[in-house]
Parts: sequence; structure tokens; C-alpha cells
Amino acid sequence: MPRLDETTQNEKVTAEASAAEVDGAIGGLDALDAPTSGPQRSRARRISAALLPPIGAAVLFVVVWQAVWATAWLPEHQLPSPSTVFDVFWGLVETGQVWEFLWTSVHRAVIGFVIALGIATPLGLLLARVKLVRAAIGPLVSGLQSLPSVAWVPAAVIWFGLTDTTIYMVVLLGAVPSIANGLVAGIDQIPPILPRVGKVMGAGTLANARHILLPAALPGYLAGMKQGWAFSWRSLMAAELIASSPELGDGLGQFLHNGMSLFDMPMVITGILLILIVGVGIELVVFAPLEKVTLNARGLRKS
Amino acid sequence: MAVALEKPVETDVAVRLADLHKVFGTGRQAVVALDGIDLAVRPGEFVCLVGASGCGKTTLLNLIAGLEQPTSGKITLTTSRPAVMFQEHALMPWLTVQRNIELPLRLAGVGRAERAAKVEELLSLVRLEGTGRKRPHELSGGMRQRVALARSLASAIQGSADGKHALMLMDEPFSALDAITRDLLQAELLRVWRATGTAVVFVTHDVREAVRLGQRVVLLSSRPGRVVDQWDVDGLTGSDELAAVDTIAAKLREVISSHAAA
Ligand SMILES: Nc1ncnc2c1ncn2[C@@H]1O[C@H](COP(=O)(O)OP(=O)(O)O)[C@@H](O)[C@H]1O
Ligand SMILES: [Mg+2]
Repeated sequence: MPRLDETTQNEKVTAEASAAEVDGAIGGLDALDAPTSGPQRSRARRISAALLPPIGAAVLFVVVWQAVWATAWLPEHQLPSPSTVFDVFWGLVETGQVWEFLWTSVHRAVIGFVIALGIATPLGLLLARVKLVRAAIGPLVSGLQSLPSVAWVPAAVIWFGLTDTTIYMVVLLGAVPSIANGLVAGIDQIPPILPRVGKVMGAGTLANARHILLPAALPGYLAGMKQGWAFSWRSLMAAELIASSPELGDGLGQFLHNGMSLFDMPMVITGILLILIVGVGIELVVFAPLEKVTLNARGLRKS
Repeated sequence: MAVALEKPVETDVAVRLADLHKVFGTGRQAVVALDGIDLAVRPGEFVCLVGASGCGKTTLLNLIAGLEQPTSGKITLTTSRPAVMFQEHALMPWLTVQRNIELPLRLAGVGRAERAAKVEELLSLVRLEGTGRKRPHELSGGMRQRVALARSLASAIQGSADGKHALMLMDEPFSALDAITRDLLQAELLRVWRATGTAVVFVTHDVREAVRLGQRVVLLSSRPGRVVDQWDVDGLTGSDELAAVDTIAAKLREVISSHAAA
């Protein structure tokens, strides 16, 4: 019986494969190994698959609402019919008042959000990269995330009175911790090899931050922004609802507040619907596409 | 006799290590990773470093790359910046293949048109024509590693601008690949090395790979890391190649088993 080590000794040595052979083999291997993308559905089908279920659910909701109203289980001033609410809504649209409410609230939220972004980004970078800063205020910033920012309304009113400053203050305290924490999480999950690669390619601290750290942290940063937007919108509504006064102008929160004062249920429901529409709309129009592009580019999501 | 007016500039080495020491930690916990390494790599030479895991191969490359500072000793580089290729491909997942390869050029401030031309050239050198717009996650492991090779080449060429020598440091770049892909990439690397004339310091724990690729194989001992022996394996084929593999593997076993006794 031949011994194993003898066979290895006598094994014929394969000559270096010729360049052409390697060429062909590499091409074949690439074709075999490259990950394949699944079958793509047509654009129309994807859109209808995304839109039809929520529209169906909304229709079903209105039908149930109408049915419950028809049983007259609750008095009219507590549960108006869908058509009454729609009339109030349409009235707002026709007189153009709705744009005034939307503009007042949305521009406040957007300004507040942009200021929050400007504060939270350097804060997040410091928290992520400077050990002392993280040890000192890291727990506080995470903790603030779970403190509803409405809790700041009384303090802000005492400090700044019923002014825009109060409103921005509350919006900032709602959004900054979320955005900063998102950025920290995004930076924490960067594989350490990437900044090292940057360094061996000659990137200094700033170039490394710009070309490697920030783009690598983008998914976490975006998630933080999305949550930050949701928090600023909520905080804004809470602030407008509580700190409502004529000097502050008419936002959606004030509209809701007026509805409550007038005991006008159709107005209250309209207010809630408008707030919901803005919240969902910004998420769908701004954040969902951003997130999709970011994640798809990194192969982190199957579309 | 003519008087040499100019300072003698070493042009016959791509990198020279003189009595290099590296100690991690201090006092009782100190780990002597490298203990007096002397090594010179000629321009265009392909040197393989072989040693058991933990013997300081990665540390040695990190020192040459400037990622860490030696405890003592001297590193003389005649390239402005050595290129490094790691075991993981370490490509930026958000950049296309093309943008990944041109990243070292962008960081060095090379203009757009020149970058595009270089990338085209490098893509065809690693046989990835037409994949420039793909992202790393759309490629196979072997393709990603070739993109990483192209990026290191871009970096090496940039580092060898103004007449300096190109140097590539490779830390077990193929060890995470399957055997078939590894075999093909070894052939590719040899072809690319011959085409570009860059010096290579290639780290591996696979003696066969070292003998197939290298012109010279350097064996390191473990803790502390020292150069135990080196062999000229340039152009060996057939039974000579097998004999060299056997000799080096035997010496490696000897070095490792001396550890069990100690
Ligand atoms: N940052 C570090 N701190 C402490 N010890 C280290 C560090 N890096 C490496 N070492 C030690 O130095 C020795 C050599 O490590 P390394 O260069 O990674 O070996 P190899 O690449 O040959 O496997 C090992 O014993 C390792 O534990
Ligand atoms: Mg290693």
C-alpha cells in the first residue's frame, strides 16, 4: 500500500497556469460567485403594492367609523360623522386657512429641526470621539431621550414667557438628544479597519472625518434624524397646545386648542388628522427616500 | 580618487529595517512582539514573511506602514507612502468600485480626469473592466479582494511619484478566500507584480503560498519575533519548489515546537 507522504512527494507539480487560462478561470469564477440580485418587479407593480394596503385600511376605517356613528351609540357632539369632519376640513381648505396653520407649524418645526441638527452634529461627534465627553455627559444625553420634552414647557414658559423662544426651546430639547445619539451609534458601529485604511492612504483627521467617518456613520445618523424629526414635531404640537396665546400666531396646536375650548369635536378630529398627515408626509417624502438610497447603496436592504 | 560630494543616498532598497524592536505594554504585562529585526527589501523585490500566528507579522507591517511607532530601531523608506492591503477587503461600502479605487488619489489631491484614467488602467489590470459602477456588496469575495488590490496599487503608485520606489505591504490578503479563488488570485498577483514592478512585502502563514509567490522567504520566530532564517526561492519550479516548501515547513515546525518545550 502506498504511503501518504510518498504520494505527496511524487505528486506531479502543476506548472504555472498560463495567463490565458487564468484569465478564463477568473472570468468564470466571477460569473459564478457574484451575488445575484433577485427578480425585479415592474415600477407600477411596486408602487401599487406599496400604496394599496394603506389606502384599503383607511377606507375600512372610515366605513367602520360611519357604521358606529349610524348606531348613534355616542351623542353627535362626541362622535361626529365622517362627512361632518370632512366638511370642516374642506371648509379650511377652501378658505385657505389650512395653509396658514400648516405654514405656521411646519416652518417652526423645520427651523427648530435645522437648529437641532446644527447643535446635535458636533455634539454627537464629540460624544463619539472624545472619551471624557462621553463619560461626562453620555448618560445624560441618552437619558434626555426618554424624557418627554413636554416636561420642559412649564420651565420654558417661566424663563421665556409665551414667545417663539419657548417653542424652539422645547423643540430643541426634543430633537437634539435623538440626533446626537443616532450619530454616536452610527460612529460606534464603523468597523475600525476603515479609519485605519484612511490613515494608511494618507488621510489626516479632517479628511478621515469627511471621507470616511461621516459617510460610514450615515445610516445611524439618518435613523437619529428621523427620530429627531418625529420628536420635534411632537414637542412642537405639545408646546403649541399648552402655550397657546394670540401672540404666537395660529399653528395646528392652537387650532386643536381652540377646538377643545369650543367643544367642537369635528374641529378637534380635523386638527388631529392634519397633525398626523404632516408627520407621516414628512417621513414619507423626506426620510424614507433618503434612508432607502443610503441603505441600498450599502447593500443593507433588499429592495 | 574622486571625492564623493553628495551624501550617499540609498537607492538600492525600497525599505530597510535596522534593529527594530516593538514592545506592547510596560512592566510585568509587557509583550515583546519584535526583537531586533534587520531586513532590507530591494526595489521591485517580492519578499514573503512567514511565521506562526502571533509572531508579530502584522505588527511589523503596521510599523512599516506608520500605523504604529517602533519602541526602538530605524525604518528607512524610499517611498513617500507604502500601500497596505489587509486580510479583509476593507472597501468603503458606500462607494462604487471606481470611487473606492480612486480614494487614495483623491486624498492626494489628484485631478478628476487623471483619476478616471488611472482607475480605468487599474481595473483592466485586475481584470474587472466594466464593474466600475458596482458597489462592493454586488461583488464576490475574490472580486472584492481584486478591487482592494487595485486600490492598493493606486496608493502604491501615488506613493512612488517623483521617482521613488513603490512598496506594497500585504497582510494575509488571500487567507479568507476559498482555495480555488486563492489559487487564481495568487497567479493574478504575480502577473500584476511583474507588470508594475512594485516591491512587495507579503505576510502569510502558508509556506506553500510564500514559496510560490516570493523571491525570498523570511521566517520569523514567535514571541519574541526575530528573523530565524531566510531562503532564496526565486524561480523555483517542480521538485525544487516542493523541496523548498518542505525545508521551510520543517524549520517552521522546529521553531513552533521549541515553544512547547520552553
Ligand atoms: N495593540 C497590542 N497590544 C498588546 N499586544 C499586542 C498588540 N498588538 C499585537 N500584540 C501582541 O503582539 C504579538 C504579535 O501580534 P501580531 O503582529 O498581530 O501577530 P501576527 O500578525 O503574526 O499573527 C502577539 O503576541 C499579540 O498578542
Ligand atoms: Mg496578523
